[in-house]
Amino acid sequence: MTYNINNKGYYGEFGGAYIPEMLYPNVEELRQNYLKVMAEPEFQEEFHALLKDYVGRPSPLYFAKRLSAKYNTKIYLKREDLNHTGAHKINNTIGQILMAKRLGKNRIIAETGAGQHGVATATVCALMGLECIVYMGEIDIARQAPNVARMKMLGATVVPALSGSRTLKDATNEAIRDWINNPVDTHYIIGSVVGPHPYPDMVARFQAIVSQEIQWQLQEKEGTSKPDYVVACVGGGSNAAGAFYHFLEDTEVKLVAVEAAGKGVHSGESAATSILGKEGIIHGSKTLLMQTPDGQITEPYSISAGLDYPGVGPMHAHLYKSGRAEFVAITDDDAMTAGLELCKMEGIIPAIESSHALAIFEHKKFKPDDIVVVSLSGRGDKDLETYIDHFGL
Amino acid sequence: MNRINKKLQEDKKLLSIYFTAGYPDLSDTVGIIESLEKNGVDMIEIGLPFSDPLADGPTIQASSTQALKNGMTTEVLFDQLKDIRKTVSIPLIIMGYFNPMLQYGVEAFCKKCAEVGIDGLIIPDLPVDVYNDHYKSIFETHGIINVFLITPQTSEERIRFIDSISKGFIYMVSSASVTGSSSGFGDVQTNYFKRIHQMELNNPQIIGFGISDHKTFSQATQYAKGAIIGSAFVKHLKLEGKTKIEYFVNSLLQP
Repeated sequence: MTYNINNKGYYGEFGGAYIPEMLYPNVEELRQNYLKVMAEPEFQEEFHALLKDYVGRPSPLYFAKRLSAKYNTKIYLKREDLNHTGAHKINNTIGQILMAKRLGKNRIIAETGAGQHGVATATVCALMGLECIVYMGEIDIARQAPNVARMKMLGATVVPALSGSRTLKDATNEAIRDWINNPVDTHYIIGSVVGPHPYPDMVARFQAIVSQEIQWQLQEKEGTSKPDYVVACVGGGSNAAGAFYHFLEDTEVKLVAVEAAGKGVHSGESAATSILGKEGIIHGSKTLLMQTPDGQITEPYSISAGLDYPGVGPMHAHLYKSGRAEFVAITDDDAMTAGLELCKMEGIIPAIESSHALAIFEHKKFKPDDIVVVSLSGRGDKDLETYIDHFGL
Repeated sequence: MNRINKKLQEDKKLLSIYFTAGYPDLSDTVGIIESLEKNGVDMIEIGLPFSDPLADGPTIQASSTQALKNGMTTEVLFDQLKDIRKTVSIPLIIMGYFNPMLQYGVEAFCKKCAEVGIDGLIIPDLPVDVYNDHYKSIFETHGIINVFLITPQTSEERIRFIDSISKGFIYMVSSASVTGSSSGFGDVQTNYFKRIHQMELNNPQIIGFGISDHKTFSQATQYAKGAIIGSAFVKHLKLEGKTKIEYFVNSLLQP
């Protein structure tokens, strides 16, 4: 079995491009070009130069000494939180903005939930001097004001999504509608490993820099390029896709995907998509998604705005269904506790998304000589208010 | 012969109307269908509402959200339609997104369509190749026509391919847009209509998206077999409820 994408755009039975005919030319243009463009030496050179000089890569692989001592195992943190704009999201937007330029597009659209991907997109548009329109749910705009201000400062236009539940899934719908209305000059920078093929694969390849670095960094520190475990949180799943990518086919490396259980997997307020979801179509992709028995897409809940997507990327649906990755659901409370623990023990304030991954150590026992790499996907500055409210700080 | 094919043979331009099932009220579906037929509409697209209608503009989105709130489901729709063929004889098509059909079961869905007398389906997000590889035989077994879309951006080669697998008509999307967004047709659309007309396809074309009044209806049907009106009718339902459907249809057919 392979855990990578096949030539028809599917991971096992998941993926594909379930799109209206109006989008076919846009998506087809991308499908025909993305691998070719990414293989060009000049593209690779420009991509890696920006990752180094602009994003600040490689991001450190940090041995968390006190945390390791507490849980009696070897814990490494992949510090994506130290990237420019504060999360792994920028790896993908750098890649896609270069792709958009190669395809001759001069108008960029994006969707955002909490605003991290919107900020990362607005950043690269400013860098390249391209017009940027970010769709964001009306409700998210109200609760993520600092990121809305950041996007505006970076020159982006933030358009409220007023339809449906007025959150991430509706912002994505609006971005797709914009693309239908502007099929020629516009590139849609999707922020996660979701959407119609080739997006899940393209985004995973741009994020794959994360696992590529883990390999050589671990070689330097431990004399092996193979961790025993890689742990990452999954909303749509882009940081997990990046952290898993180079280990997908090596089953000696165990993969752990952490989803947001919200107030409890079966509480009715959860975003544990793999456990609660059923096979279906969301945003052009066949995958696992939370829906009513009638096939209407439902609204997930998590304290973390980056994890409350009702679907999961098709790669992860396949990793779940095939058993290649272990899926764990972590509640709001457990994630917040793990986040605060990292602050106190290692001096790092993690994004609440990443705190879900960190909570694995209270839920799963590792051996003393296990090397466990945790993807610290983002920093917690954006979440201070949520932490303050939660702990009454 | 399928009612759609029979209707397409009539020597006239066809007026097709879309509305969202279960809107404005849950129980309005059958009454609206009957009223549209009585007032001279040739074919009806019954919208199966979906929570995330990617190809639709604000008007149809809002009607879908309301219909779902009203309690519309696939099951309820089929139940409402179970006696529709006792009173209605024009072709009926269900237009909806793929996920609700997938959850119902594509085979069960087609079977149920055949049972109640639905003649065809329009599923914007079911790609042509997936239909061809996985679902074609199911549709054909149950005598359900799957209608495909083309747009101004669709290549000639792809149009020929879509024509080769179509069994009724081709749904010609008038411009690069979601539903309900046009304010009349200019040269760009007219040239596109002419270009497709000159391709002499096997299947007749019916134009949809951006048709809202007598003028746009006439423009579209100058080059095509018929035209589909959706958002304008849903807007009418929003403002007027089920009353004055006769007035609405007449205003489309007469200047």
